[in-house]
Amino acid sequence: MTPAAMLVLALLVPVVGTVFVLLLRSRPNAREAASLVSATLLFLIVCGIYRTVSSGAPGGEAVVLAEPIPGITLSLAAEPLGVVFALVASFLWIVTTLYAIGYMRGHGERNQTRFYVFFAYAIASAIGVAFAGNLFTLFVFYEVLSLTTFPLVAHAGSEAAKRAGRIYLGVLFSTSIVFQLLAIAWTYSVAGTLDFRPGGILEGRWTNTAAVPLLLALFVFGIGKAAVMPFHRWLPAAMVAPTPVSALLHAVAVVKAGVFAVLKITVYVFGLDFVRATNASVWLMWAAAATILLASFVALRKDNLKARLAYSTVGQLSYIVLGAMLANSWGIVGGGMHIVMHAFGKITLFFCAGAIMVAAHKTKVSQLNGLGRAMPVTFFAFVLGALCIAGLPPAGGSWSKWFLGLGALEADQAGLLVVLMLSSLMSLAYLMEVPLKGFFGAASTAQPPTQVREAPVCSLVAIVATAVACVALFVYPEPVYRLMAAVVGQ
Amino acid sequence: MTQHLPVLQVVIPLVLAPLCVLVRHPRAAWALAALGSLCAFGIALDIVSTVLASGPLSYDVGDWAPPWGIEYRIDAVNAWILVIVSLVSTAVVFFARASVEREVEASRVALFYAAYLLCLSGLLGIAATGDVFNVFVFLEISSLSAYALIALGQDRRALAAAFRYLIMGSVGATFIVIGIGLMYATTGTLNMADLADRLPGVWHVRTIKVAYGFLAVGCFLKLALFPLHLWLPNAYTFAPSAVTAFMAATATKVAVYMLLRFFFTIFGAAFSFDVMNLDMVLMPLAVAAIFSMSFVAILQTNVKRLLAYSSVAQIGYMILGISFASVTGLTAAVLHLFNHALMKGALFMALGCVAYRIGSVHIDAMAGLGKRMPATMAAFVVGGLSLVGVPLTVGFVSKWYLILAALERGWWPLAVIVLITSVMALAYVWRVIEAAYFREFPGDRETREAPAALLVPTWALVVLNVYFGIDATRTVGVAERAAEILMGAAP
Repeated sequence: MTPAAMLVLALLVPVVGTVFVLLLRSRPNAREAASLVSATLLFLIVCGIYRTVSSGAPGGEAVVLAEPIPGITLSLAAEPLGVVFALVASFLWIVTTLYAIGYMRGHGERNQTRFYVFFAYAIASAIGVAFAGNLFTLFVFYEVLSLTTFPLVAHAGSEAAKRAGRIYLGVLFSTSIVFQLLAIAWTYSVAGTLDFRPGGILEGRWTNTAAVPLLLALFVFGIGKAAVMPFHRWLPAAMVAPTPVSALLHAVAVVKAGVFAVLKITVYVFGLDFVRATNASVWLMWAAAATILLASFVALRKDNLKARLAYSTVGQLSYIVLGAMLANSWGIVGGGMHIVMHAFGKITLFFCAGAIMVAAHKTKVSQLNGLGRAMPVTFFAFVLGALCIAGLPPAGGSWSKWFLGLGALEADQAGLLVVLMLSSLMSLAYLMEVPLKGFFGAASTAQPPTQVREAPVCSLVAIVATAVACVALFVYPEPVYRLMAAVVGQ
Repeated sequence: MTQHLPVLQVVIPLVLAPLCVLVRHPRAAWALAALGSLCAFGIALDIVSTVLASGPLSYDVGDWAPPWGIEYRIDAVNAWILVIVSLVSTAVVFFARASVEREVEASRVALFYAAYLLCLSGLLGIAATGDVFNVFVFLEISSLSAYALIALGQDRRALAAAFRYLIMGSVGATFIVIGIGLMYATTGTLNMADLADRLPGVWHVRTIKVAYGFLAVGCFLKLALFPLHLWLPNAYTFAPSAVTAFMAATATKVAVYMLLRFFFTIFGAAFSFDVMNLDMVLMPLAVAAIFSMSFVAILQTNVKRLLAYSSVAQIGYMILGISFASVTGLTAAVLHLFNHALMKGALFMALGCVAYRIGSVHIDAMAGLGKRMPATMAAFVVGGLSLVGVPLTVGFVSKWYLILAALERGWWPLAVIVLITSVMALAYVWRVIEAAYFREFPGDRETREAPAALLVPTWALVVLNVYFGIDATRTVGVAERAAEILMGAAP
């Protein structure tokens, strides 16, 4: 199969899969099988794209799907950074589908068909973001992703869910239309093109580079999905969604689409040398650092487990933004690797939170006393996920933090290194409280934890898989590292 | 035969109109109206391809040579307008058959189609003619029939709305005829091309500047530029659904065309912007229109009125594009003429479907309709997204050019305003979507999907919204050509 055909297929497989999901809606087992099959197919296709890209073979020309405005195309192209994101999203889709089967049934959710359909659409849009061949395509799929995840966020249909949905769409659309679209139009009027090119498209096209920091800021804040404060409110709001949605979309696909876009724009629109030469990113580094610290503080004070994880995500996303803003090779490598590491770590944590909710009906950290003895697998997986987030061995997060630290030093920003260390400590504090309470806390008398069992098997398999992956990425991070090294041209 | 097409375009609907009154039978009258619209549309397509291939067409009415006789002169600009008007008219006429039967008394249906054809003929005439007095004549034909059409609305308030439109419209038309008279008094000619030749010689004459002022205010009234838009919301709200769709997509567009013709072709961009500082008038008014009307639209509870206010805001976008006095800005304006006709046509027709089934277009009455009338509401959603300017719809294309035009001039605050008001558009569209999809249907009523007779024309426009959003090469090509002609950069 040609690389071009694979790109189109990667976009089509999830969409075509929904047709089967809809057709089989009255037979839940077959319906879920259809979801699993399309998830597996997608992963295999993305693996195929990975092989062509990593073998160094030219990825071929961009595939032009349409040309809405003369000179501006809707096109797909594969490059290493996009492959990293697509691999993560498609692999975790398989795992999450497995988990969702157990969760949605265990929790007795309504409208499950609609859930699986929009889930697939969301993944298709994330794949579109990953393989976007230019800024316009990126913007289109970014917006489609917001739209397709809305029904998932408002899934419960309650007043609270609707209000959360309004915040979700409100923040994401306002930032993307007012800041991001403006930045895109500005880029076009300066560069005359919207293509992603190694080394960027902006260098040498400015008479006065004083405006470059403003343009970069419009992008960073305009990509609301990267949740840099003060545009992070949508992410905690989105936590009203069922847990599989929070896990895959609001720890992986949606938020990573945001930070991925920041990385991609920094590398392929601005170019690292250009960003450094114009000092465009210095204050944005500190905006990201402030988000890291503030979000960690908030996470410390949240009792609701999912809200705590959401604020943890806000902080961790800014690690990746920070990596991009460092604008050197280590920063980009670290940021790109953190997309992967944080994805596996945080999805494990969300899976555990969901398992606790389904099996023990607990949503607050303060209620978890003694539960760990009843759900040892879940809580042990939580420990591994927490280590991955905090960046400690034996979990993959160690590597990304290591490279981010190197990047901070290379940029002569030792202060940022301190921020990274502080935030690691804080994340240990807010995450480890959960297993500590679970294993060592005194059980409450109202409901003896002995009645609680582990989550459904499907969900448990998913939890174990992602927890093992956290460790595996520590032992064998090389494929990710290689892809990211290719992005920065090493 | 083919050389008579420019005039046949106008004459066919004009002749069919009295026939409607003679046949009296509602279905037969409808057939005549459909025939008139289809003929006009076919001719418009033929004309636009001829004009794009081989340059402007000129037709001497009654074989009297211009500048003494009336000349019909069609270039890329008005060929485009002819396509817009006849396309929308065709879509609406097919929609009207079922919708009008429901909303207008049977005894008046034939009269309705007579007025409809007259209005169509008037609008096409304004676009086709190359003679300024002829513009006024057709303006009166289209306006008077429009007042009658609006007054046919079910609600008694339609009468008051029509009367108000009549007063303000007549003031506007009078201003225009005064302007034309002053031009004639100074130059002695009524032919547009001739006027364009003679006016530069008399730029300094105060009469000409006064004429310019009268024409400007007259056009502003007819195109409902803020703050002269007061007639529009009520007229759109209380008119029959089909009339609202037709008027919203055509009448104000033709008025914008009139403004373009007067100020760019006849007076010339140099006079308008260097001598009269037209941009200093248009820009603040456009910005005020976009902002205030988007805000007012958010507060509305009647969806038809909401869209009416949105129309005034959208007209602001066109005027903003004109005020940039650049080819890109005019491209944006001319594109938006077409694109806005598509989106508002689709939206008002979707509302017509709603009115057909539940008899109300109040936002609360539309609760839960997403499940009861899925095809109608899906049409509304796509039209709404196009209105917001979501990529891959026509709305995005015109916004994109508008923003580029603002950045090209270095006026980035205007680009920001365009974007912020897009978010405001999202807010008012979203209110309807939320009511339709996230609220429970008040269960006691038997409500089904609208009939295919209404859905097919609605969806035809919806599909065009997406089609020209995915492939705008053709529309942008024509708009750019028109913009170059208006700026005097191309013949």
